[in-house]
Amino acid sequence: MDFFFSLFSDPVGFWNSHTLLIAQIGINSMLATSMFLVLYSGQLSLAAPGFMAIGAYTSVLMDLHWHTPLPLNIAAGVVVAGVVGFLVGLPVLRLRGVFLAIATIGFIEALRLGVILNVPITGEGLGLKNPHADPLGGVPIVLLSLAVVVFIVWRLTKGRLGNAWSAIRQDELASLSQGINVARYKMIAFVLSALIAAYAGGLEAHLNFFVDPGDSQYGVTRAVQVLTFAVLGGSGFVLGPVVGALIITLLPYIFEAAGDYINILAGAFLILVIVFRPQGIVGRGGLALVRPAWWPRARVSAVSPG
Amino acid sequence: MDQQIVNALFIGSIYALFAVGYTLVFGILDILNLAHSAVFMLGAAATYTIAITHGQSFWIAAALGIAISAAMGLVIEHVCLRPLRRRQAPPIAALISTIGLALILVAAVEQGRPGTKLSWLWIDGADSVAFPAGTFPNPIWHVGDLTLEASKVVIVPISIALMLVLGYVMRYTQVGRGLRAVAENPRAARLMGLDVDRMITLTLVISSALGGLAGILFGAALGDISPYIGRDNVEVRGLAVIVLGGMGSIPGAVFGGYLLGVIEVLAAVTFGSGVRGGVAFAALFLMLVLRPQGLFGTRLRERL
Repeated sequence: MDFFFSLFSDPVGFWNSHTLLIAQIGINSMLATSMFLVLYSGQLSLAAPGFMAIGAYTSVLMDLHWHTPLPLNIAAGVVVAGVVGFLVGLPVLRLRGVFLAIATIGFIEALRLGVILNVPITGEGLGLKNPHADPLGGVPIVLLSLAVVVFIVWRLTKGRLGNAWSAIRQDELASLSQGINVARYKMIAFVLSALIAAYAGGLEAHLNFFVDPGDSQYGVTRAVQVLTFAVLGGSGFVLGPVVGALIITLLPYIFEAAGDYINILAGAFLILVIVFRPQGIVGRGGLALVRPAWWPRARVSAVSPG
Repeated sequence: MDQQIVNALFIGSIYALFAVGYTLVFGILDILNLAHSAVFMLGAAATYTIAITHGQSFWIAAALGIAISAAMGLVIEHVCLRPLRRRQAPPIAALISTIGLALILVAAVEQGRPGTKLSWLWIDGADSVAFPAGTFPNPIWHVGDLTLEASKVVIVPISIALMLVLGYVMRYTQVGRGLRAVAENPRAARLMGLDVDRMITLTLVISSALGGLAGILFGAALGDISPYIGRDNVEVRGLAVIVLGGMGSIPGAVFGGYLLGVIEVLAAVTFGSGVRGGVAFAALFLMLVLRPQGLFGTRLRERL
């Protein structure tokens, strides 16, 4: 609890002592926003960590070999991820639901285990050293980017694109018959989410002196984590996934007293939240309470006709 | 190379046994039970603890390990799935609740060290352990230039026999007809007088018992038991297997298990062991793109 007291009693000290945590929350929130875009358009895509990896490796490799400035590196990473996202999206966006999720898992694991861990230029399993990282200076950039990204996505969901995505999410067949170009709008959401994920990946690489190709960074573990941010936070509103990322990243601090047993409590927390708020933390409606069978019910006396 | 193919059969049997449980739940509920790999791990870990820490015979330990896994099926149904069904939550919610349960199980096992509150469950923390030699009889045969360990050889007949029994039950018995009816249309099944909740509970118990058994066989044959064996070995490969065979199809899962075992070994032999995992996932990706219904799937219902 000291953690939260210090947030109010000593905000400056809090910022200084938890800068990296704040940066991590920012990155995670951006990833959650990228996941929000695909979920909002009715696609259960878990490809975000793959695009993160593309953004991170592209920008760090450009820095190492060509010594180009940071904005250009990250921009290049974003562009590459956008192109890859388009090419991957062409075949996989025909799939729905769990099938899309599994196909995107296939994509990220084939990328990580097949390419990144086997190509000499990426440092293979050893990862990549990034001597020009700037862990502290990068934080304001992360927070500013997060604000811009969330704002843009929020505006998009309010416009024509957002309406189309909403319609597709609710009923793909009906929106197709209303003349909505389903394939095109799905692709737009998929590529946009790839761009955001690659941007977050590039920034994250800039915050760390080491690019680690591990499972918890660019693998299924990360994908599931990002999905949890978005679904737990609530995927109906732009701020939902951000709130989800904030709460889940802070769980070790919220349950500080649990010590080593933190993950047991975190798991129980996930189950409780999703059972009582299936729509997520941010969203319409109250707690989803179901009357147990033994609860007394109002008696309805049958009125016989005539 | 021959030895590699034989190893592919052993590991393929484990994949198949694990994936049958996965695909059974998916076929009936249209839900991916992401706690399945944690149950796989728990089966192996519980068996190890009962046999080594608590000093029981291996056979009693294995039986209890399967019973504990089956009981986890009840927990999954009553904690993760039924409350969400009651609230008519979207299928994606069940993904998160089963992830939560998997997190709890793995965390509980990895915190088990001597002197902690969980030392009755596990005492080796995050370390990987193996059954000491002599825990169970394990003769080694040499056939030609092949080395066959009994603990590995036995996996194949056990898996095939169990899958045949399961296939028979699903196809020819009253319970199997009930399960298939629920898979086809839960609402119509309820109107026909089937207790849908009971059928789903039964599915999860069978599925988890098979998952736990797969974990025990894995731990005994490969000598690698840790809180992470589910996550590292079968979690995502299980997905690959059920996709290769066709989601929800039991013969598909069996075939897919062996196919994945062979693909991995051939990839390792052809391109070096580094790309082993990558090739499996590339195969998965291609299969979904070219033939989403899998090798044995006949139709693709609209889902989500």
